Amino acid sequence: MTEDIATSKVVEKPNVSTKKSFDVQRIREDFPILRHWVSGKPLVYLDNAATSQKPKVVLDAMNHYYLEENSNIHRGVHTLSDKATQSYEAARVKVQKRINASSAKEIIFTRGTTESINLVASSYGRKHVQRGDIVLISAMEHHSNIVPWQMLCEEKSATLNVIPMNDNGELLLEEYKKLLTEKVKIVALTHVSNALGTINPIKEMIATAHSKGIPVLIDGAQAITHLKIDVQDLDCDFYTFSSHKMFGPTGVGVLYGKQHLLEAMPPYQGGGDMIKSVTFEKTVYNDLPNKFEAGTPNIAGGVGLGATIDYLNKIDLQSLAQYEHELLVYATEVLSEIKGLRIIGNAKDKASVISFVLDGVHPHDIGTILDDDGIAIRTGHHCAQPVMKRFGIPATARASFAMYNTKEEVDALVKGIHKTIEVFS
Amino acid sequence: MSALRELYQEVILDHNKSPRNFRKMENANRKVEGYNPLCGDHYTVYLQLEHNVIKDVSFEGAGCAISKASASVMSATVKGKTKAEAEKLFESFHTLVTGKMDGMAGVGTLGKLAAFSGVSEFPARVKCASLAWHTLKAALESQDDVVTTE
Repeated sequence: MTEDIATSKVVEKPNVSTKKSFDVQRIREDFPILRHWVSGKPLVYLDNAATSQKPKVVLDAMNHYYLEENSNIHRGVHTLSDKATQSYEAARVKVQKRINASSAKEIIFTRGTTESINLVASSYGRKHVQRGDIVLISAMEHHSNIVPWQMLCEEKSATLNVIPMNDNGELLLEEYKKLLTEKVKIVALTHVSNALGTINPIKEMIATAHSKGIPVLIDGAQAITHLKIDVQDLDCDFYTFSSHKMFGPTGVGVLYGKQHLLEAMPPYQGGGDMIKSVTFEKTVYNDLPNKFEAGTPNIAGGVGLGATIDYLNKIDLQSLAQYEHELLVYATEVLSEIKGLRIIGNAKDKASVISFVLDGVHPHDIGTILDDDGIAIRTGHHCAQPVMKRFGIPATARASFAMYNTKEEVDALVKGIHKTIEVFS
Repeated sequence: MSALRELYQEVILDHNKSPRNFRKMENANRKVEGYNPLCGDHYTVYLQLEHNVIKDVSFEGAGCAISKASASVMSATVKGKTKAEAEKLFESFHTLVTGKMDGMAGVGTLGKLAAFSGVSEFPARVKCASLAWHTLKAALESQDDVVTTE
């Protein structure tokens, strides 16, 4: 059914305005929250790696769904159920096109990146990882790409091995090659580090793993907003991301998996919608993607994600990437000039994320003082405690930029940091 | 006075910069670790408790200015106090930082602890201010585990 939709009514042609120069002010107008004031100052939202803001079109699409189409999907014969099903399945096709998956069956809707990874660890992992095997992750993973594998390894008496990184926050590829032994049953790797901003050379790393017959899962939670993702070109076996970090609603995410892998995997959760037939003796599971989507999903979230992709399709990704890179370069330059400030994570290839520490001032205090000027940043360990340990620090302050941030906001951040230094001097 | 200045009062900045009783205690008879998983603040509180009297108290660890200053002021305040007195102080302190203290009368009895009155305006920082106290309480009750403010 999803295939039919793909070729018929749903795929809206993006409004190809292909503006070469990136108009940040026009983008900002699409996000109502950016006009808000916090602590008596205009909001400067620099916590995009935690979650991004939502454009009005996304909120409108979800509102429209609830006001005019709300119904359960894949069930009713009535008009509303049909409409809801079409909108939800259309969103799946939009995701498929956005990341260039070969079929909409390869797009599994989940609650978010975390659930996507848990699904793979639980279903694929339990089937393929046995006593004495190894799961290989990297030193810069988010807790959500550590703990599910750790739980699996504990259950199976398997070992969790870690690809080390250097002081700039770059993975050591030679070490990686050495760690790829025949005992390794899966590699789980972040595309972009949430705590350091590092963009890992995943295409090359996937190829290396594949040369030894080892599948690779990519945590794309941070990458999805900054980079063009082509799962066929990357040749990853699984790719996971969340809607809420890419300007969509919370509570919905995606697991992309190669069809033959997903088909061979046992279900993750049991319930309605994931079955073809149920008797007390035996249940026949549904086909992809429904096999992995037990229960009523986050329909409005899916619809919202679909609208988000429509919105993003209208923005030229190349000029967006260039704009974000300019912001990163500018912010790195002006922040580096602040005495006592040290940037954590200096990889050659970085997304617009800057983690830093300030001499004599704990990140938490920086966060509170910046908030007094309406500036929102993240402070703490960023759900990456092993990264903090690697750099010998308890926490960092992190400014993470999205396409709607401006150089003026970077300046406001710098001013806020100077104010922080003054309070603590 | 802005809420921010109310939070980062001189007393707090001073105790953050030069924390009192900031050392490991070799002859402690009670030792408990306190940890705030949200921000990574981590302290160990050492006690020398004799017949329910805090003969000596010290702490070590790392965290934000609020948590460190709170641990420092706490250590200075409870030294020489009985277990019951220290627990009573924690109660008052908690009432203060959660903004539940009625009027200034109560604040007056708190001495240097009153410097933390500004915390109540920052709900996210209440845990920072109370971490050392929770740890002290655990030490007094001789729970040897790591305590967290979660």
